[in-house]
Amino acid sequence: MNSQGIAGHKGRQARSDCWVSIEPTDSGGIKLDIKSKVDFLYKDSIHALVRKGLDRLGVSNAKVCVEDQGALPFVIMARLETAARRALPNNKLPEYLPETKPHKSTTRDRWRRSRLYLPGNEPKYMLNAKIHKPDGIILDLEDSVPPEEKDAALTLVRNALIALDFGSCERMVRINQIPAGLEEIGPIVKAGTQVILIPKCETAGQVKKAAVRIKEIQNDSENDNNVFLMPIIESPLGMFHALEIAQASSLVVALTYGLEDYTAELGARKTGSATECLWARSQIVNAARAAGVQPIDTVFADAGDTEGLKQNAIQAREMGFEGKGCIHPRQIPIVNLAFTPTSQEIEHAQKIVLAYEKALKQGRSVVSIGSKMIDLPVVHQAQRIINLAMAGKLSRNLEERTE
Amino acid sequence: MKMVRNAAGRFVPVEVNDKPQVPFPGVNKYRPKGRKAGALIPTVIDYPADGNKVVPDLKTALQKCGLRNGMTISTHHHFREGDIVSNQVFDICAQLGVRNLMWFPSASFPCNEPILKHVDSGVVHHIEASMNGVMGAYVSQGRMKKGLGVLRSHGGRARAIQDGEVHIDIAVLVAPAADQFGNANGISGDTNCGVLGYAEADLLYADRVIIVTSKLVPFPCIPIYLYGHYVDYVVVQDNIGNPDKIVSGTTQITRSPDRLYIAELAARFVKTAGIMKNGFSLQAGAGGISLAFTNSLARMMKQSGIKAGWVHAGSTKYVVDMLEQGLTRAIVDGQAFDLEAVRSLRDNRNHIPTSTLISYNHHAKGNYLNLVDVAVLGATEVDVNFNANVVTHSDGMMLHGIGGWQNCMFAHCTILAVPSFRDRIPVIVDKVTTLCAPAEMVDVVVTERGIAINPRRTDLIDATKHSDLPVRTILEIKQEVESLCGKPSRPKLTDKVVAVVKWVDGTVLDSIYQVT
Repeated sequence: MNSQGIAGHKGRQARSDCWVSIEPTDSGGIKLDIKSKVDFLYKDSIHALVRKGLDRLGVSNAKVCVEDQGALPFVIMARLETAARRALPNNKLPEYLPETKPHKSTTRDRWRRSRLYLPGNEPKYMLNAKIHKPDGIILDLEDSVPPEEKDAALTLVRNALIALDFGSCERMVRINQIPAGLEEIGPIVKAGTQVILIPKCETAGQVKKAAVRIKEIQNDSENDNNVFLMPIIESPLGMFHALEIAQASSLVVALTYGLEDYTAELGARKTGSATECLWARSQIVNAARAAGVQPIDTVFADAGDTEGLKQNAIQAREMGFEGKGCIHPRQIPIVNLAFTPTSQEIEHAQKIVLAYEKALKQGRSVVSIGSKMIDLPVVHQAQRIINLAMAGKLSRNLEERTE
Repeated sequence: MKMVRNAAGRFVPVEVNDKPQVPFPGVNKYRPKGRKAGALIPTVIDYPADGNKVVPDLKTALQKCGLRNGMTISTHHHFREGDIVSNQVFDICAQLGVRNLMWFPSASFPCNEPILKHVDSGVVHHIEASMNGVMGAYVSQGRMKKGLGVLRSHGGRARAIQDGEVHIDIAVLVAPAADQFGNANGISGDTNCGVLGYAEADLLYADRVIIVTSKLVPFPCIPIYLYGHYVDYVVVQDNIGNPDKIVSGTTQITRSPDRLYIAELAARFVKTAGIMKNGFSLQAGAGGISLAFTNSLARMMKQSGIKAGWVHAGSTKYVVDMLEQGLTRAIVDGQAFDLEAVRSLRDNRNHIPTSTLISYNHHAKGNYLNLVDVAVLGATEVDVNFNANVVTHSDGMMLHGIGGWQNCMFAHCTILAVPSFRDRIPVIVDKVTTLCAPAEMVDVVVTERGIAINPRRTDLIDATKHSDLPVRTILEIKQEVESLCGKPSRPKLTDKVVAVVKWVDGTVLDSIYQVT
């Protein structure tokens, strides 16, 4: 049965979004009513975009209303597609995709100091997220999206991945818990996501399923860009499986955890000093290092407490973490700085790498600085620190921004 | 209406409100001739021997000033959105059956909307002023039928009074504290608004001056901002305005992370370009991004151990913090934007008042803004040639006044700190809807998508060449915005002129057209 399909947001609060209603009719063609805040600049192009979309989606008889608050074309397209799917739930509709832009690919060994979570059904936060220079931008399909909006968020996130330039930020998506999240992997991999976060991960099997799905999609679409996995462990059971989870697939590049569900399940009291999660943090660092992937710390939930965040991030770095989640742009410079090596660390790393290169040249198998022997893993770690220092060349400015 | 093409390529009327106009001939190309205007010569014979100029109420004062048809009445806007006296003046005029008045405030705000009914009824013939919000929309829609809107900068308004371009018959000047003689200030009353700098030209050049206060203090009023020997009458009434509403939308620091980033980038530019050095001066403006810029720069100064010589302000608690932390030697203050500023003006010896006549006047023996090292301002549009607009939106609707914006362009480095687009509406455009500042006045444009330096400023380009600042061409930024938002079509406006924009020297820079 066909009924009215509605998608998006309206009203003055809905900045950079639009609201679409499609009511299929038996005959009479398309009756189009478009109200746009930016009519005076884009009236013709919005009409053309909506007409083309209805045509592509195969909607030929319907009453269509659009209320636009300055949504970019990829947002209008997503809302239109979602409204059409909701109006015609029994039809198999094609996708209405924005024009693909070239994207840089990612690598296993790159800095993942900060990753910024953005709600997947809110276009306004996505447009400028890159300017705050997180190492990764996460478009979230999970907890920030209510159950009845999962379809809308998936379509919007897919279009954002295709249409937006995220600059030097890694393009990440947090899917829903597996198995539900498996269905989301297809569209987002084809749209060019680079890291998939698997929430509430409890078993290695969940990671393996995601990895298989990624390979299937890549084979089908002849897409050989790297797509990596970052499992998020959020339960005591998951914590005990941490090593297996981290080792479950060669696509896993990092391991992280979440505290909300975990502390609730523990029956622990959340404290400022984070004593309740000491074991969990240590477990994650050890499992990640044992599996050879990056240990990444969880988010700091109080976006207003920058001093608390700073202390928390420094502590995480001391424990061995390489990065931390962010829920507000103002957290990014603080987190980036905390996980960027200090000048002493960089100097020391340079000494090690130089000594190693000298030893290689001289054909020596033993590397030493003074009387101290240097093992190969230490050289690798030193090289990583130098790479990081180069990636974080803004560190001087960062120091200023965080005092 | 006869129109000519001015040196900026814009079509402007040769006559505005029955007065002949000079089309804009280029920046610093117009030389005024003749002598300044003057008020009537008064004599003490006509004034009370005991110096007591208090009359029972505003109505009496206006009548005693000889209020009649066709006069020009001025008011100031230090209470901004909390102004009530301007509305009272025209209610009284309506009551007295006076018609065809010209209202000449230093700016009008949405709170002045009640005056529009007096324009409709003919009590007010037309308004010449910066018009904010509904006031601007009224003019844009062609509803001010009898005269054209004339938009002047704060400095341009003071200069127009001084040059005799506008003659004020009666100035009604609100002052939070005054003595019987008319000496007044804005800081020692019960409801304070700080400096009274917008009122100085009115005080000096109007034929008649009424001071309206809510606190009568013993002679002499201490300190004196407005001198009583220019004053005809003093009115004491319970309520003169709401100081809580001085803080309006444009006077609060932005909370948007994107705009805070723009402010931070502007501050980094100022530091990197070497402008931030001991003894330098800056204009601290209103507007969310400008306030955040001041905040960011103050933090960088603290970290680098740099102290400013003076800050020209729009004073806010942020600027006051700078003074009290020793980050600047002085604040030269033309307008208080919050009550902390009022407090500082009262308590700090190095927080001194100025006026638009002194700081911004282009027809003077120098002015303060010519001495300022850097000013960070907003804009509604900037084009790829660095021309800028601050009064109309891209749909042609006039919603903002010029304020001190044009005057601040004379700082050694003028930075426009703006988002590259707002809700799909590009700010970086091919051509501005209304020209408010010619391209050579704008040195740098800072957006969230990079910094563009005017090619004329090779010194600034060189100074930031090897830095890590995201410097790009303005065309690159415009192209990125267009690839996101799509190429906009040009909005359709009528060819009916409803207002003109004047440059600081009184020449006509552009016309504003009625919206459809």
